[in-house]
Parts: sequence; structure tokens; C-alpha cells
Amino acid sequence: MSAAHPPAEHPHTSTGLDNAKLAMWAFLGSECLFFGSFISTYLLYRNVTGDGPTSADLYDIPYTSISSFVLLMSSLTMVLALSSVQNGDRRAMRIWLMATAFLGLTFIGGQVFEFTTFVEEGLTLSTSAFGSSFFVLTGFHGAHVTIGILMLLGLTVMSSFGRLGPDDSRPVEVVGLYWHFVDIVWIVIFTVIYLIPSG
Amino acid sequence: MAAFALSACSTDTPQSVLQPQGEFARKADALWDITFAIAIAVFVVVQGLLLYAIFRYRHKPGREAAQFHGNTRLEIAMTIIPALILLGLAIPTVATVFDLAAEPTGADVIHISVEGRQFWWRYDYTDLDIVTANELHIPTGQPIDLSIEGYDVNHSFWVPRLGGTQDVVPGRTSRLTLEADDPGTYLGQCKEFCGLSHSNMNLRVIAHDPGDFEQWVSDQQEPAAAPSDSLAAEGAELFVNGAADAQFAGGPSCASCHAIEGLDGAVGIIGPNLTHFAARNTFAGAIFQNNESNLRAWLANPPERKPGSQMPNLQLTTGQIDALVAYLQTLE
Amino acid sequence: MATAVAPQQGGLFARPTAKTGWWSWMTTVDHKKIGILYGVTAFFFFIVGGVEALLIRSQLATPNGEVLSPAVYNQLFTMHGLTMIFFVVIPMGTALMNFLLPLMIGARDVAFPRLNAFSYWVFLSAGLFMYSAFLLGGAPDGGWFGYAPLSLDPVTDGMTYYSLGLQIAGIASLAGAINFIVTIINMRAPGMTLMRMPVFVWMTLITSFLLLFAVPVIGVALWELMFDRLFGANFFDPAAGADPLLWQHLFWLFGHPEVYIMILPAMGIVSEVLPAFSRKPLFGYPAIVFSGAAIAFMGWGVWAHHMFAAGLGPVANSAFALSTMFIAVPTGVKIFNWIGTIWGGSVRLTTPFLFSAGFVSMFIIGGLSGVTHSIVPHDAQQTDTYYVVGHLHYVLFGGSIFGLFSGIYYWWPKVFGRLLSEKIGKFHFLLMLVGFNLTFMPFHILGLLGMPRRQYYFPANRGFEVWNLLASIGAFTIAVSILVFLYNVAVSRKKGEAAGADPWDARTLEWMTTSPPPEHNFDAIPVVRHRDDFWYRKYITTPEGESARVFAGGAASDEEQHSSEAASDEPPSSSAEGASDREPNTAGAAPPESSSEERPHAGASAEEQGHGIHLPSPSYFPLLTAAGMPVIGYGFIYSPILLAAGAVMLLVGAFGWVLEPPAEEA
Repeated sequence: MSAAHPPAEHPHTSTGLDNAKLAMWAFLGSECLFFGSFISTYLLYRNVTGDGPTSADLYDIPYTSISSFVLLMSSLTMVLALSSVQNGDRRAMRIWLMATAFLGLTFIGGQVFEFTTFVEEGLTLSTSAFGSSFFVLTGFHGAHVTIGILMLLGLTVMSSFGRLGPDDSRPVEVVGLYWHFVDIVWIVIFTVIYLIPSG
Repeated sequence: MAAFALSACSTDTPQSVLQPQGEFARKADALWDITFAIAIAVFVVVQGLLLYAIFRYRHKPGREAAQFHGNTRLEIAMTIIPALILLGLAIPTVATVFDLAAEPTGADVIHISVEGRQFWWRYDYTDLDIVTANELHIPTGQPIDLSIEGYDVNHSFWVPRLGGTQDVVPGRTSRLTLEADDPGTYLGQCKEFCGLSHSNMNLRVIAHDPGDFEQWVSDQQEPAAAPSDSLAAEGAELFVNGAADAQFAGGPSCASCHAIEGLDGAVGIIGPNLTHFAARNTFAGAIFQNNESNLRAWLANPPERKPGSQMPNLQLTTGQIDALVAYLQTLE
Repeated sequence: MATAVAPQQGGLFARPTAKTGWWSWMTTVDHKKIGILYGVTAFFFFIVGGVEALLIRSQLATPNGEVLSPAVYNQLFTMHGLTMIFFVVIPMGTALMNFLLPLMIGARDVAFPRLNAFSYWVFLSAGLFMYSAFLLGGAPDGGWFGYAPLSLDPVTDGMTYYSLGLQIAGIASLAGAINFIVTIINMRAPGMTLMRMPVFVWMTLITSFLLLFAVPVIGVALWELMFDRLFGANFFDPAAGADPLLWQHLFWLFGHPEVYIMILPAMGIVSEVLPAFSRKPLFGYPAIVFSGAAIAFMGWGVWAHHMFAAGLGPVANSAFALSTMFIAVPTGVKIFNWIGTIWGGSVRLTTPFLFSAGFVSMFIIGGLSGVTHSIVPHDAQQTDTYYVVGHLHYVLFGGSIFGLFSGIYYWWPKVFGRLLSEKIGKFHFLLMLVGFNLTFMPFHILGLLGMPRRQYYFPANRGFEVWNLLASIGAFTIAVSILVFLYNVAVSRKKGEAAGADPWDARTLEWMTTSPPPEHNFDAIPVVRHRDDFWYRKYITTPEGESARVFAGGAASDEEQHSSEAASDEPPSSSAEGASDREPNTAGAAPPESSSEERPHAGASAEEQGHGIHLPSPSYFPLLTAAGMPVIGYGFIYSPILLAAGAVMLLVGAFGWVLEPPAEEA
């Protein structure tokens, strides 16, 4: 929020862009490098499996496709949440926000199940370089989803304090940007890790 | 600068890169000569302009500053001229890079596998069945093909007067071509920070005329002779079996880590090969002169002499040290 | 501003309201106070890093030195590098950026004042966390560059502190970068287009973009190191088939932009100081701006010049040799343009000017030695020797530190209202210049004589002795010069000449307001018509190409040109030291009328104006959230309970922050 002016729907800025949105875009730019570096590490080590299982041994593409779909749907519900609040329907916004969080949680649950399965099948963080890269990359993605869920919770709390409405929709928009980004990163990870065969 | 020039001529600078005595170092030095000359010229001109501007245009009463904002043509010139100079440097640089990276070919090329470890150098003359440490013997006037590798941490093999640095990166093998013009001893050091005794990981390259080198090779290919002296024989016994059960009070017997061709049971590969230990001028990563008092001090407590040494304090008794020293000194 | 002490709506706890005293500093969100906090803290770390250097130079003054054991030496040289880079040069630059950025663009604060405070507290906690390692088993000892697999050595926790402490520092930088980017893009005064911004602001913008993209890369490297050290991962363990070069690539992909992060702000300072004291515009402003952007962009393409000896092969080495050579071109452009700025001017040899000129001079040397590094076959002889240590200190000390001191002397009167002594300042400069060259020129010689770096001792009979001794003497000379500076600070606190708004007769907007500025920076946000807008409120250019004072009492309004009023033939001829006596500057408290934006009330505080200026309120939450980070760090090393506690602090702090409004209504 520009410090020079009282809180307003469209505070004056040199470019007309909103400060918080610009900040989120900048942050997402840095996140591209963050995930890019982990993805590069994974690409380097995808075949360094030592004595442990390989990706071909472990990956269950159909399963992961379903959890990817769940995450993609959560982007849809996020869009619906934003649309609701911009139209003044705060109750619908809360419902769609909670749906987004729920779908996100489902995705996380799917990840947890997948991870525990891999551990049972012999792949841990310390099994091999492949194991380390896989778990750290997907783990950080999962952590980002979790933080997103916490932000959705924050929006819900804000809403119960009387915030958020058609004149005050920017927080929803900003969280939405983050959420969509995390989703897009998952599409890249899913493609690079699961869909492109290694070996 | 005069002092600098003088020191460059001195013979007390055995690691100076400005006195190349090998192929790589000479080619690098040739590039340096051009580059340094250009750098000095640029320095004189630019620094001169700066200082001139400050003094010529310093404030005096009545001086008015001229209010210009730039000069496009001058700025373009000042962009293009340095780019052209750099292009001039780039061409010989790239050419030399490829020249020096080329693997030497021919029947007479000697292949040596160099392994950097904390904190010493292992040399395996793969075609000659010789394994030594720290002091690398080569013939003059022919390219030596070094394979550089390691397994613990990063190191870097560097002999300044002969030239060329190659990092030791665990898990990777790199190449370096070494060539010395003249016989002599060339000092080198590990250049990549590798732990407590990074400063104590020296090496030497000893270049021989080809005839002398052949002699060295055949000497090295001989196994160690069994010691005739009784104290030395006792030392050989301790070397393999330790005080009891292949152990000393403070650690395993020497043979657990060190190999000596010709001594049964001495097949350890963790430490330097000691078959011809007494023929070396230095030891322990080429940091100590190979004489009796240094050897005794070393055996008494290696980590104290060389912090972080992989060789533990074996808590040897004086008698054990006497015997071992006597034996080691037979290993010509 | 709110003066009530009753709990405020919307926040979890009562909003702090203190304006003075310790607590006001801990809860401030005012960019000026945060800038001062950054500056003082960075200077403290400068002293600490300097002491580390003196210990190193004591050990290396003679051959086979026995002042320090190798274990201690390895910690000292590692911490010296980490401290100077992450806890001195970057935060000192941030200090100046923080204080000046809003003033230079005509804003009242940065875009996210609480995020700004958060950045500072995170930086402080990163420094304290890293240093606490000395007391908790040993400081990081694997070199500032932390090459794997040596960094995996479990003998002490030092490198775990390294991996976590730098992460925390990275968060501070990232937050600051986002803040500055949004501020510069969105909060400029009316009429201040990008090409009218001061160069210091441009360099802040460019540096912030570099940080934005470089910090995540080292963040990833550090996470991977941490997972290897604490959780048995295999990112860098060669026994598991991992490639140690992965660390080097990630590190230097960050590391090279990092050095531009350290030098561009100083180049920005020099680009402000030289025009001010030459009394003419910066020569080639667009070229300086574009070359800064070019350096930042090209800086992403040179990282493997730190790895010429690593065995990447002739093709890679040649490619990086070329990119490294050509980054010298935009750098050269700047040097020529700085000389062009001085050329034809009326140069006042003040302390800030001397440090900026010193920057240019030393940077010429450092830049040239950098070009010699790009000659790959000879770099094989230079790399990992004292030659590199010479190069890096010429650009980072002769460059960044000299530039920062130039900025400190230049803006000191604006921050504190009093000038530093010119006489003592000049002595500081001369002593530092001599000491610096005495220390670091011999390093080039030592490198060429074959002395490797990161050695805890050097042997006799290699020809290293005399140069090491000279360097050690030089180091202590630098130390004395810092004491001279501290003496200057102490003496000028009470006896320093009162500065007034514009003691240097300068060019940019920060000099329009009082010294120190009021909390709201400007009574009226100026409307900007020119680059160096403030200068053109004071002077017009005559047909002869000279500048003439517009009128003696202050600046022109936006509507009229007061050219009739005594366009005097003589521009002020007294030196900057007498500036406070000169009439124009005493009018600095009355900035020019502005036709738009806020209601102008010359000299009136924001409170007295009643309404129109809203400033963000102080807050606890940045401090609380920041404090959670080192607790998380300790938790990773020692105890899951601490980890949970730190996470709770972080979450509570973050939630409280988000739910709290930016400003309390009065």
C-alpha cells in the first residue's frame, strides 16, 4: 500500500500498477529461479540411483495425474473465489476459498501418500542422489502449497474481521497469483519428473 | 614496480609464474606479456586522464563548470576501442586454450594418474608399474599426460614454473599436459582449499634428462631389498605386524595403509607408497626434508606436525621409532 | 500520528506508538531510521571483519607464523569473507538506499515499510546467528565459497551455521529487493520519469533485480548443503555419485551477479558525488544507465570464469573467457564517463569527492586485473593465488568500500544534520588510500610469485616474505584510518558544522528538504521537470553554456522562471565547507511550491497540518517474524522443539502483520 495516501481502492502509483500485485509478480520471478535450480539439480541426478530404486520402478503416472488434476481444479476454484468477491458475493468467495484450500489439502495428502509409498519401496532422501533430488524438489513444492493454504486461511480470517469485498479484493487477487504460480510450477515438475522418461 | 621487476629476476622465487620453465607456463606467459603491456598502457592513459582532469579542473575563483551532458561520438568511440582491444586479446587466448587442452599423442608419451588426497599426492605411472608419492619424476623435453582425479575433497595440482592448474574434483577425471624444458626440481602446491593442512600439501616435479629418467624408472621398478641390518629388519617386522596383532598402541600397523613392493604384507593403499622412500628428498606432502630428525619427529606424532593429517598418532615408543627409521632409511 | 495508547482495532496486540527511545527503534517502520539501523550494524560488522583481517595479517606477516592454529585460521578467513560480503558491503549499500531512495524520488517512504523493517531485523539476526557459531562449537571454516565436498565435513557444526545463516541473510536481501523494485517503479514523484531518476536510484533498481534472481539460486545450493549435512541427502557426496561441480555452478551463478550487487550501488554513489562536486551534469547519463543494465545482464553469463581450472573443457572455458572480456566494455564506458564528468568542471576536492575519485582510480586497477583473469591459460596460473585476492580487494575495497565512504561523507549531513570534519576526512582518505595500496598491491606480486591463497602460513625461501610484511603493515594502516574516521564521527557529533538542507549545493531532491528530514520527508511532494531537478530550480543555463543562480532565496516555482531575479554571473564560489553560511541553503527548509499533491505548509509537521499526509504506523510484527528465523535455524541444528517454536513465532508474526492495517488513523 502506498504510504503517501490513505487506503483506497486504487492508490495512485507512477505506473498505475498496484504495489502489492507488483511485489507478488517480483517475488514469483524469484521463485522461478528457485524452482528452476531444484529442477536443474533433479535433471542432473535423475539417473544417479545407486543401489536404490529408479523412477521407472516407482512412478505411478495415473495416480500422480489424478492429484495433478486436483491441483489444477483448485486453480479454478481460486478464480471463482476472486470472481465472487469482485462481484460482491462474500459468502461465495468464502466457499470457493475453502474449496481451494480443500483441494490443496487433498493434493498434499496425495503427495504424502506417494512419499510414504516410495519410502516403503526403498527410496528415501538418503538412498541416492536421485532420491535426494526428488524428495527435496517435490517437498519444497508441497511446502509452497502448504503456505498457500495458510494464506487462504488468512484470507478467511480477514473476511471474518470484515475485510475483503468488491472494493477490497486485492488480497484475494494477490493470493490467487501465488496459487496459480504454484500450480504452474507443478505442471512443469510433473512434466519434467514424471512424464519425460529417464534413463 | 622496480622492486617487482627485480624480484621477478631473482632465483629465490622457485614458484614464480614469471619465470616459465615448461611448455604450458611459457605459452601462458606469452599471453601475459601482451595482456600486461596493454593493461599498463591503459592504466597509464586512463589514470593519467583522471588525475589530469582533477588537477586541471580543480576549483579556482572565477572558474565556471562547462555544462555539457555528453558527447555521443566520443562515447561510441570509447565503447568500440576497448571492444576491439579485447577482441585482439581474445583471439590468441582462445587459440592457446585449445592448444593447451589437446591431448598429447605419440608412443613416447608417458601417462601418469595423479590422485590428490588430504594432504598428499599419489602418482601411478600406469604404463611403467610404478607408484610413488609427492615427488613426480619426469623426463625433460617430452609431454607428460596427467590424469587428475581424487576421491575425498577438491584439490588443485599446480607447478607454477611448468604451468597449468588442474582442479581435483572427486568423481571426475581431468587432463593436464606437463612438460619441463630443463632438468631440475620444480616446486608446486595444492591450490584449492582442502582443509586443515591445505598449506601442507606441497609437491615437487623432478625433471631428468631422458637417460637419467630411464635410470630412475628402472630403480623404481625394483622391489625393496630385504634389510640386512638387524635393527632395520626389526623395523620391517614392526612395519607389517605392528607391536602386536598388526596394531600399535595408537593405531594400525604401517602396512595397513602403506605399500612397499618386496615386503610381504605391506599392501596398504590409503597412504603413500613407500617402496623407495629413502630416495625422496622430502616427505609428508613434500613439506619436510627427508632426514632423520624430521622423520623421528613425524613418526612420534604426525597430526601434531601436520594438523588434520590422516596418519594418526600411533604412540610409538622410542625403540619402535629407532627400528622403523632404520628400516625406512634402507628403502633407496 | 496516533498518540493514544488504547489498543487499536484490527491488530492482535496494542499498536506501538513510541516516537523516541529504544522501543521506537525496535518498532520503527520509517525508512530513515531503518537506514540508520542498517548503517550502524553494517559498520559494526566492518570493524569485526577488519579485526579478523588483522588477525590474518598478523599470522601472515612472517613465514611459518604461529599466531593462529590452522583450525582458527580457517574460521577467520571464512568469516572475514562472509562478514565483509554479506554483513558489510551489501547492508551498507542497503543503508544508503533505504535512507535515500524515497527522498531521491520524492516519496514519503518505501512501498512496504513493515517489510523494510523486517528486512533489517532478519539481516541482524542472520549476522548474530552466524557469529554465535564461534561460541557453539566453531564458526564456518570451509571458506566463504563453501566448496563441496569439504563443506560436508561434520567435525564442527560450522558449515551448518553457514548454510542456515546465509539463507536467513538471503531472505533479508530478497525482501529488500522486492520493496525497492516496487518503490522505484511505482512511487516516483510526478514528472519523474525513469530517465530523470538519479543514477543511484537506477543502480538500486538494477541491483534489486539482480538480488531478486540471484538469491534463490544460492538459496537452493544452501538448502541442498543443509540437507546433505543434517538429513543424509546426497547432493554433493561423491561417494553417492554426486557431482561436486553442482555446488560450484549454483554458487557462482549467484556469486557472480553478487559481485555486481556489491559494486553497482557504489557506482551509483560515485555517479551522484562526482557531478555534485564538479558542478556539472553527469557525462553521458543514458550510457551510465544502460551500461549498468548491461553489466547486470551480462553478469549472468560469466559465472564459470570462477571455474576455469575445474575441468569444464576448452569450449566452455573459451566461451566464458569471451563473455568475461566483453563485460569490461560497459564497465569501461562508466569510467570514461566519470572522467568526462570531472572534465571541464569546477572541481571541489571535498572528502566525498576524494573517495569517489579514489573509487574510479582503484577500480581501474581492479578492472584491469580482472581482464587479465579472462586470459584463461594465464588464469590457470593466477587462480587460487594471492593475485585473485589482490584483484577482488581492489574492486571490493578500492571500489565498493571507497564508494560507500564517499556516500557516507556526502550524505552524512543529510542524515544527521551536521557535517563531518573535512580536515579529518581528508586525513582518513589519504591514510586509507596509502594503507589500502600498501596492503593489496603486493598481493598481485605474491600471486605471480606463486603464493596460493587460503594458506594458514607461508614457507620461507619462496620470495614471499617482504611482500607479506608490507601487506601486513598496510592492513594496520587501514585500521588506523578507520580509527580516524571514528574520531571524525565522535568529534562531529557535537562540534560538526550545522549542515542546513543543501550544504554541498547539490543536484537531487533529497537536498530540498531539511537535514535531517522530517518524518514525512517533504512537506510538499515536488513536481519534477528535469533530471537533476533540484539543480534546475536553483540554476539556469545561460546561452554561453554556463550555469547561473536563479535567485538567492531558494528555488523556482513550477509555473515561473525567476530568471529576472539576479541571475548572478558568479555561481557560489565558496567551498562546500562554508555552505551553511550561504543564503540559498538556509532556505532549504522551505521547499518550492508544488501545484499538486499535498498541501504545502512550509516548516509545518505532518501533525500540525492535520490531514493530507498519512504515514505508516510502527509495528511489532516485523521484529517478531524476523526473530523466528534464527530460532528455526537453531532448531534445525539442535532440537525440533526449537524448530517448532521458531515456526510459531514466524506464523504468529506473519498473521499479525497481515491482519494489522498499515497505518492507524489518527
